[in-house]
Amino acid sequence: MTATTAAAQVPPSGTVSPARLTWLHLKFQFLETVRIPVAVLGNMLFPSLAMFFFVVPQSDVAQNPVYATMAVAGLALFAVCSASLFTYGLGVAEDRQLPFDPFVRSLPAGPAPRMVARILNGAIFALFGLVPLIVIGWLFTAASVTLLQLLAGVATILATSVPFVLLGMAVGYSLSAKAALPVVQVVLFPLAFAGGLFLPPVAFPDWLNTLSQGTPTRAGRDLLVQALTGEAAYAAAWPVLIGWTVLFAALAVRAYRRDEGRRFR
Amino acid sequence: MTVISVDGVTRRFGEVVALDDVTLDVGPGELVGLLGPNGAGKSTLLSLVSGQRRPDTGGVRVLGGDPRDAATRTGLGVTPQETGLPPTLRVGEVVDFVGGHFPDPMPTAALLEQFGLTDKARKQTGSLSGGQKRRLAVALALVGRPRVILLDEPTTGLDVSARQALWGAIRRYHAEGGTVLLTSHYLEEVQALAERVVVIDHGVVRADDSLDGILRRVGLRRVLLRAATDLTGLPGVARGERRDDGTQELYTTDSDALVRDLVSAGVEFSDLQIRGASLEEAFAEMVAADTLEGAHR
Repeated sequence: MTATTAAAQVPPSGTVSPARLTWLHLKFQFLETVRIPVAVLGNMLFPSLAMFFFVVPQSDVAQNPVYATMAVAGLALFAVCSASLFTYGLGVAEDRQLPFDPFVRSLPAGPAPRMVARILNGAIFALFGLVPLIVIGWLFTAASVTLLQLLAGVATILATSVPFVLLGMAVGYSLSAKAALPVVQVVLFPLAFAGGLFLPPVAFPDWLNTLSQGTPTRAGRDLLVQALTGEAAYAAAWPVLIGWTVLFAALAVRAYRRDEGRRFR
Repeated sequence: MTVISVDGVTRRFGEVVALDDVTLDVGPGELVGLLGPNGAGKSTLLSLVSGQRRPDTGGVRVLGGDPRDAATRTGLGVTPQETGLPPTLRVGEVVDFVGGHFPDPMPTAALLEQFGLTDKARKQTGSLSGGQKRRLAVALALVGRPRVILLDEPTTGLDVSARQALWGAIRRYHAEGGTVLLTSHYLEEVQALAERVVVIDHGVVRADDSLDGILRRVGLRRVLLRAATDLTGLPGVARGERRDDGTQELYTTDSDALVRDLVSAGVEFSDLQIRGASLEEAFAEMVAADTLEGAHR
């Protein structure tokens, strides 16, 4: 009763700065994610298990510094792609079904702070997912990197995650949660295989290698390997990655804008 | 200056016309109740005013600006549906989050105290009762010190005391000069709060009048009786219906006068029953008979 609204006074004009809004959304998205620890742990667990089952027991790979580093790079990128596609594809689709979503859209902020915060939040949890991989690679395989290479690798993997976050958002804003799940799976696994995240591309036949170089996963993997081992990526890797990023960004924005019309009343 | 201006707005969802050429102006300091059955288009109208959707044709202005611009919405407060609060966030956090969107939000502690939620500040919203969630929802509409608030069914499903408390908060906001547009399908709620009532059905504004004017129109009595002669055309009968079993259903604004007329005219009747018209019947009076099927609930 004491401090009621000052509706009669002239309200201050202007909006809150986009940077502050982004920080605000990031803070609360992080809180929401972290309050469900199982989701965070699950994200960290799968790549670690894959390391133990498929990389550590194969001494040809595990004891060869370059191959082991490549294997860690492939799984790390897979972890990031999978986290991005699932968090955004499925997470956004689920959020849209909550009645809080239209409310947030009525607050005085455009779509940008929320989308940027989602990307940053995804990056933070992707980095959490990398920690066990790096530890396993360091303790149980011959994978080796300098600190500088590791930092370059982390920066590359974050840049690489952007198109997948955007693709995830395009799916999430276009489909219901039930439809988003199979779509994400259908997109993720072929991209991961074709991009050489599970099997190194040297084992690919020529036609698959050519096809592979057009995928965002392959471009990301080779750039990551370049950052970690110094082995040069193919020339088109950056253009391919940036091209997909632009395409997925356009799809995500379009899906967000169309989203309002698709829901009934 | 009009606070909310809806001008010739039509909005379709596929085949369904949710709003059909709706025009509505709300001035500063008005408290307007939007009354209508479920599916009448009330929520669609609010979603256009809050900038969540754009009209197919026509224009919507809020405080002189386009509600789809974020800057316009700094003067607008909206309630989330109580079922939609993020369940893992704490009450204080949700208030901080929403308040953070506004240039000069109310302090969280003061707002929670005003709504009796101080001891719940550290609780996750998922643990609140229905009444507490509703209170939080209305508090969230006010946190940004808006000049106009949109309340969509603010007290649906609440018990009497919780409803009274929320009505008090809405009245206080209004008394300080705030503009309120609220929807309800409870006549009682609109009656308790609104000065002006807009009745909407099938996407069309059926009536836009002062509360008294609307109450006169919905203040119909339903007279049920059995008689041989056709009474549906009598003076004072707004609408009537003869049934196959010989009973007749008559709607009138003055049932006493109607019964006196029947008696003095010597009309033979039996099984007389009189009661107030329900809200649905009042709607039936206001909406055309051929579009009735959407009005029941």
